[in-house]
Amino acid sequence: MKRRDFFAAVGGGIAVLLVDNAGAQQGGRGGGNRQMPQEVGAWLHIGEDGVVTAYTGKVDVGQNSRASLTAAVAEELRVPVASVRFIMGDTALTPFDGGTSGSGTTPNMWPQIRRAAATAREMLLDLAAQKWNADRASISIANGKATSGSRSAGFGELTQGQKLVKTISANVALTPATEWKVAGTSVPKITGRQIVTGAHKYPSDMKRPGMLHGKILYPPQFGAKLASLDPSAAQAIPGVKVAREGLAAPRAGFGGDVVGVAAPDAETAERALAALKVEWTPAAAQPSSNDVYTYFKQNAEGGAAAGAGLVAYTIAYIAHVPLEPRAAVAEWNDGKLTVWTGTQSPFGVRRELMEHFKLPEESVHVFMPDTGSGYGGKHQGDAAIEAAILAKAAGRPVQRNWTREEELTWSYFRPGAVIEVGGKANPDGAIAAWEFHNYNAGASALRTPYHVPNAREEFHQTKSPVRQGSYRCLAATANNFARECYMDELAHSIGMDPLAFRLKNASNDDRLRAVMEAAAERSGWAKRKKTPNHGFGMAAGFEKGGHVATCVEVSVTNGAVKVLRVVEAFECGAVINPEHLRNQVEGAIAMGLGGALFERVEFAGGKVSSNRLSRYRVPRFADMPPIESVLLDRKDLTSTGAGECPIIGIAPAVGNAIFDATGQRVRSLPLAPQGLGRAASGAG
Amino acid sequence: MANIGELNVNGTRRRIDADAGRTLLSVLREDLDLTGTKYGCGEGQCAACTVLVDGQPTLACITMVGEVAGKRIVTIEGLALEGKLHPVQEAFLEADAMQCGYCTSGMILGAVALLRSKPNPSDAEIATGMNGHICRCGTYPRIVRAIHAAAGKGGRA
Repeated sequence: MKRRDFFAAVGGGIAVLLVDNAGAQQGGRGGGNRQMPQEVGAWLHIGEDGVVTAYTGKVDVGQNSRASLTAAVAEELRVPVASVRFIMGDTALTPFDGGTSGSGTTPNMWPQIRRAAATAREMLLDLAAQKWNADRASISIANGKATSGSRSAGFGELTQGQKLVKTISANVALTPATEWKVAGTSVPKITGRQIVTGAHKYPSDMKRPGMLHGKILYPPQFGAKLASLDPSAAQAIPGVKVAREGLAAPRAGFGGDVVGVAAPDAETAERALAALKVEWTPAAAQPSSNDVYTYFKQNAEGGAAAGAGLVAYTIAYIAHVPLEPRAAVAEWNDGKLTVWTGTQSPFGVRRELMEHFKLPEESVHVFMPDTGSGYGGKHQGDAAIEAAILAKAAGRPVQRNWTREEELTWSYFRPGAVIEVGGKANPDGAIAAWEFHNYNAGASALRTPYHVPNAREEFHQTKSPVRQGSYRCLAATANNFARECYMDELAHSIGMDPLAFRLKNASNDDRLRAVMEAAAERSGWAKRKKTPNHGFGMAAGFEKGGHVATCVEVSVTNGAVKVLRVVEAFECGAVINPEHLRNQVEGAIAMGLGGALFERVEFAGGKVSSNRLSRYRVPRFADMPPIESVLLDRKDLTSTGAGECPIIGIAPAVGNAIFDATGQRVRSLPLAPQGLGRAASGAG
Repeated sequence: MANIGELNVNGTRRRIDADAGRTLLSVLREDLDLTGTKYGCGEGQCAACTVLVDGQPTLACITMVGEVAGKRIVTIEGLALEGKLHPVQEAFLEADAMQCGYCTSGMILGAVALLRSKPNPSDAEIATGMNGHICRCGTYPRIVRAIHAAAGKGGRA
C-alpha cells in the first residue's frame, strides 16, 4: 500500500495495521480490501485531531462486540471509552473479515485490536520522547495524554504533522488481565442512547433519495418452478417496475429466477406483486416435518449405521426469528453498487454480489449498520441480491425488507436431526461403552467431553427437504441435548446421582468439573427435594471455548411443563465485560427455552405452516423462570466467546428434570410443544 | 378511502397525505421518517411497533391511520423531552435491558403505558402486562428489572 493513498483516505496522524497470520490462513484473504495489505486483520488510526478510530470487519448484531472491542482500544491505548470510534462491517473501510460467527470475535479479533492499540501507545511514547527530548521511561500515557514531569500533550498534539504507518504482527506485549482497568469492567452498550431514543438506524430503516420499495415473487411451495409469467397488469400500475433475473447461485427450494417488483411505496409494491399473472409447475412430493426423521436415515450417505440397542433422539427444525427480518437497500451509481444490509458477513455478501453481477471488488460496497440480531441466521445475501436486482432494473435505489412470513419460510432453519445413542456404565460409574450417531444436524460437539474408551461418534450427512444453515452454536445444541439426556439415562441405569456420574467421567477436564460444581452449589443440587411432578435436572458441556453447566427445576401439571428456576455456570476465560456476559448467558437460556420446550418449524408438501408469529411460538415474559448466572472469571485463561455456548445446557437440563418429575423420558426437541403428552407420543 | 391530511405526533401537527386505510406503522416510518417504530410481524404479535395513542399502548402495524387522526400519538422519538430521557429510557440503559435493541422502542413505550396504569407493578403484573412484547435476544429479566427501577420515579407520556 502506498502511504500517500492511505493518509489521503483518513487524514494524517499515525496508523497501526495488524497483520493476522492465523486469520489469513483461516479466512482466505482472496477477497481482501485492496486499500491495504491482504493480511491485515484490523487497524487503528489516531488523527491529527487526536480522534482514535479503529476498524474491523466484524459486526455487532446485539452481542455487544462494539463495546468489548472499544474497551480493548481504551485499555491498551489508555484513553476513555467515549473517545474511541469504531468502524465495523464496512467493506470500503474495514479490513477483510470472514464473517461474525462461531463466537470468533473475542478469541480472534479482540486480541488483534489490543495489539494494534498497544503498538499505537508505544508509537505515541516515541513521539513524546522526541518532542520533549526526554527519556522514554519518564513518560507515561494515561487518560488520552502523554505526561512527563510537568509536560503534557494530548494525542492530537503528538500526531500533528505525522504520517506514520506501522505494520505489526503478533507478539506485542499486552496488559495482563490482572492489571486491566477498562477491560474486565461493564462498559455500557455503545449505541444504548441511540437505541432507547429510537435514533439508531437499523438496516431496515435505511433510506436513500428516490428510493423505491421492492417485493419478490416466491414460489407457492419449495421447489415449484415458474411455468409462465405475465407482468403486463403489474407493469401497467403507475410507478411500478417489474424485474426478472436469473440467479448466479440458485437458492435451495427457491429456484433460479428472481422475479420482483419495485414501486414508490410498499402498498403499491404489494399490489403490483399480486397483479403478476403466474403459473407454477408443482414440485415432487416432499417429506413433512413429521416424517423427516425417517427421511434423514433413509437418505444417509453410505447408509444408516446399524447399531443395536441404540436409542433415538429427534431434533425439530427451528427458526432464528431475528426480530428484524432480513433487509437491504441497494443503490447503483455509474455501474458501482452500494448495499446497506443486515448480515453477519458483509464481505461474504460482497462476494455474492460480485459473483452475481460479475463485478470487480472495487465496484461493490457493502455496509452493515448494527443490526436487529442474527443468531447465525444472517450469513447469506438474499435480501442484498434481491434489492440490487430490483435497483438495477428500476434505475433507482430500492429497499427490500423481508416480511415475517418470508423470514419464517425463505430464510434457512436450524437443521433437524435424528441422533442415536448407545452406551453402558459400569456399576462404579465409569462409562464402559459409547456410541453416537448424528444424522443431518452437524458435527459440532459430536465428541463427548467425558472420558470414554473406544467411543464411536459419527456425523452422517443426509438430505434436508428444507433449506438449513447455521444457528447459534450449530449442531452443539442438538448433540448436547442427546448426549446429556443419555448421560442422565446411564446415571439412572446404575442408580447414581447425575452430577456425581458426570464429575466421575469428567476427570480429564477441570474446567468442565468447575462449572458443574459451581452450578450445583448455587442451585443447591445436593439438598434438592424431589416431590411428585416436581423435579430437577442438569446438563453440562463445552463449545466454542466456553464451558457451561445448567441446573433446572421444573413442575409438570396435567402435562404442562413449567420451568421454575434455572442456574447456569459459565466460564469463558478472563471476563471482558461482566454485565454483557451475564446478558448473553441469560439471553441464551431464554432463547434456548423456546427450542427446548415448544419451537418447531412445521412444513408439509413444501409449504411452511408455522410462517407467522401467531403460528410459531417464541419465548415471552410469561415463559421466563428466574435465571441465575454464575460467572467463573479465569483471569489466567484467554478470553473466548460467549454468544453461543451458554445455549447448549438448557434443553437437556429441562429434559432431565422432566424425567425426574414424571419418570417420562422425552427424547425429542421440542420437549412439550403442546404439553407433555403429545410430545411423548410423537417422539417414537 | 378518504385521505388523512394531518397527524398529531410527538406534540407536533404533521402534514401528511395518506390513505386512511394505510397502517399507522407505514405512515410513521415512510411518510414521517419516524423509524424508531419497528416492524416485527405485521399481525400484532410482537409489539415492536408499539406507540402511545392518547396514552394507550397501540400496535401501529394493525392500526389504520384513519383511526388515529386527531389523537395524540407518541413514538419513541418523542419520549425524551428536550434531550432529557424519560425515567423508563434511563432505567433500560441502567439495567442493560437490551441486546440488539430492535424491540426496545416498543418495550419502552409498553412499559411507560404499564406504569401509568400500575405505578408499582409486581413481577407477575409486568409479565402479564408486557407479554405481548417479544425480545428474541431474551433480555426479559432485565426488562422486568428496568420496569421495577423506573416504577415510582414518575413519568409522563
